[in-house]
Amino acid sequence: MPAPPRASLTRAAASPVMQARFLSSAKASVALPPLDSSQWQSPLRAFAWGLRSITQTILTIVLFVTYLGIGALAHDTHFSLLWALCSTLFVWAGPAQIILITTLGSGATVIQSALAVTVSAIRLFPMVVSVLPLMRTRTTKRRELVFAAHLTAVTLWVECHRFLPLVPRERRIAFVHGLGCGLVSVCLCANTVGYFLAANLTQTLGAAILLLTPLSFLFSTARNSREIADVVALVLGILLYPLAANMNSGVDILVSGVVAGTIAYGVHWWRAVRA
Amino acid sequence: MSFSHLIGDWHALAVLFVAGVVPNQIWRMLGLWFGGGIDEGSELLVWVRAVATAILAGVIAQIVVEPPGALASVPGALRYGAVGAGLVVFLLTRRSIFAGVVTGEVFMLAGKWWLG
Repeated sequence: MPAPPRASLTRAAASPVMQARFLSSAKASVALPPLDSSQWQSPLRAFAWGLRSITQTILTIVLFVTYLGIGALAHDTHFSLLWALCSTLFVWAGPAQIILITTLGSGATVIQSALAVTVSAIRLFPMVVSVLPLMRTRTTKRRELVFAAHLTAVTLWVECHRFLPLVPRERRIAFVHGLGCGLVSVCLCANTVGYFLAANLTQTLGAAILLLTPLSFLFSTARNSREIADVVALVLGILLYPLAANMNSGVDILVSGVVAGTIAYGVHWWRAVRA
Repeated sequence: MSFSHLIGDWHALAVLFVAGVVPNQIWRMLGLWFGGGIDEGSELLVWVRAVATAILAGVIAQIVVEPPGALASVPGALRYGAVGAGLVVFLLTRRSIFAGVVTGEVFMLAGKWWLG
């Protein structure tokens, strides 16, 4: 599989339509049957093509690494392996899982953790809103989309915009189910491996696995930052956290997040007004 | 590691449900229910995305500033250095996640080895 020409794609991201970059990156690198192929006639085949598509994206490796870190983090904060696997299966949002583990691990109450996770999960709302119309046909019932909505997180959202234009509309739900199940399976394996590695490795290698989480999150978020508001939010969010942590409110991440995010929005608003 | 160690207790799973599963699924199901009428480029969603990004940034900072478990054995300067080195290479390689992560890890491991 030839690597997509990344540099030129990043430049092309100036478009206000956020998925344009992903759409334009798709055509060259995705190996799927043509839209009119008989391969698409059975939903099961479409599911299998979705499953197979996890090998077509670098994000699978990023996810594996992140969930390796989550498994290790769960071990080091004294959660059980079953707990870690359940969180992957039923939460299915890396940042939320890390916020949950780190806040509970550092002594926050259930309410404080729930609050921080709820705010971090708001981003799932616009993702679901924007991704489901890609799968819907005129006869699609809402309940047929429930599982696809559950599978929606940042990776699936990015990949849907990349893959789905190459999938016949009536097979897209099956395809997404396959893609999502593939990604979840990879992450469950990664959790298990990370959990046991953290339990059995030397301290240095254990530290290396835990360091994977902030590194992969920082760089994948930075890569997805399309607008000035995203960049300001990322940088300020990092810089304000140590200040907020000094307040010892128990909801430090929430405080620094809302302040930094609102300032970032202010920058966005100010630029829009001036333009 | 015993079997019961891997399963854990039901209390922790209940906490997972209340503080983890419900807060996430609420937003997904709201998206499914009310999705049609929301403009993806609306100002409210710009703010929401900025706050969500900043919260994520806070999580990244928290893990590096107040490291959990084995990461606490790495001196602070080395942790910050690893993230900084990774960031420089990430930017130099036109935003390669892979190059950034590998650089950060190598920096940390090399520093740990050098310090003994």
